[in-house]
Amino acid sequence: MSANPATSDEVLIGRIANGDRLAMQVLFARHHVRVFRFVLRLVRDEASAEDLISEVFLDVWRQAGKFEGRAQVSTWLLAIARFKALSMLRRRPEQELDEEKAEAIEDSADTPDVTLEKKQKSEVLRQCLTSLSAEHREIIDLVYYHEKSVEEVAEIVGIPEATVKTRMFYARKKLAELLKTQGIERGWP
Amino acid sequence: MNTKTREAQELPEDVELLLPWHAAGTLSRRDAARVEQALANDNELAARYEMVRAELGETIRLNETLGAPSARAMEKLFAQIDAEPVRKPKASFDLGAWLTGFVTGFSPRTLAYGATAAALAIVLQAGILAGVFVKERAVGPQLASYEQKETGAGAYVRVRFKPQATAADITAFLNDNSAFIVDGPARDNGFFRVRVSDKTMSPGELSEIVKKMARNPAIDFTVPSAQ
Repeated sequence: MSANPATSDEVLIGRIANGDRLAMQVLFARHHVRVFRFVLRLVRDEASAEDLISEVFLDVWRQAGKFEGRAQVSTWLLAIARFKALSMLRRRPEQELDEEKAEAIEDSADTPDVTLEKKQKSEVLRQCLTSLSAEHREIIDLVYYHEKSVEEVAEIVGIPEATVKTRMFYARKKLAELLKTQGIERGWP
Repeated sequence: MNTKTREAQELPEDVELLLPWHAAGTLSRRDAARVEQALANDNELAARYEMVRAELGETIRLNETLGAPSARAMEKLFAQIDAEPVRKPKASFDLGAWLTGFVTGFSPRTLAYGATAAALAIVLQAGILAGVFVKERAVGPQLASYEQKETGAGAYVRVRFKPQATAADITAFLNDNSAFIVDGPARDNGFFRVRVSDKTMSPGELSEIVKKMARNPAIDFTVPSAQ
């Protein structure tokens, strides 16, 4: 007897629309970690991120019948998650949201050379990725970690495709600037 | 100089903007080929691409260190779902979903047999249509895959094609053996009746032809047939 191929996300959504609880469990198991990490990078609080993913998947349970299949299910999930995360941040004005409030890298008393001696280059790069603004973190995560195309990022973030490309460029430019402050001169972009 | 003009001058070429998506493997085939070509012709761009790949790797590592949510998230979700009103399944018939479910319900072997039968049906149909056309014109050669159903003199065998045999394999098999399909496939076992000669053959001669046919990679099983 041959093994059944994995049920597609679209088929699961169809079953969820009919009230299939098991299909909901499968979809949750398949996507909840990535959705959690996406919102955690935005809200920076694990308990809030957990609450958010419950809300995201509850929306899926309620709205599955309206899913038109124009985008991938994972793209739809991230779009819902982003909307909910930003709504939560708006309710918490003290939470850093934009570039102005982006966490600066903690100043080090060391010279850049000493810093480089202490840390591996990759560690510094990860630290700088963490220090980007929410807007820049978001686009870098969507492109590199969530493997979203230009079109999909445009759909999730709600901006034109040309803006997706330029925003990614400026996120990387900012990253290069942060790296420079840590003694890593890339000279580009 | 206004801000927009300054930004436009600052921005690199489009192909350079696409490097992050190329590294992530999410470009269309056309754009990926464009980027590949640019990388092959531009060493500086190739060096920048290596920086992009380093960013990609560290972004993945960073996200992977974020861990996973606790069971609380799932418990909360399903408690909320249980509190929702019971939903009635949709009454409408979704042809697409039904077809998907219907096809995925078959084993690969069944699907392969089905595909072979469909391919043969197409070959036979094409042969019949061409045969009718040729007959009406009463000129030109007849297709090897079509003959009027034979019931008279001649030598026949029954063959069953392998599920993975293609229409091209079957056509080649028929040509190699100067054979014509005259009937089939049988509903119960998938056998075709094939005429191998327009003259009657002795059992020994027919046995030799069956042995030769059995060696063909497109054939699953073959046996002499009564007229």
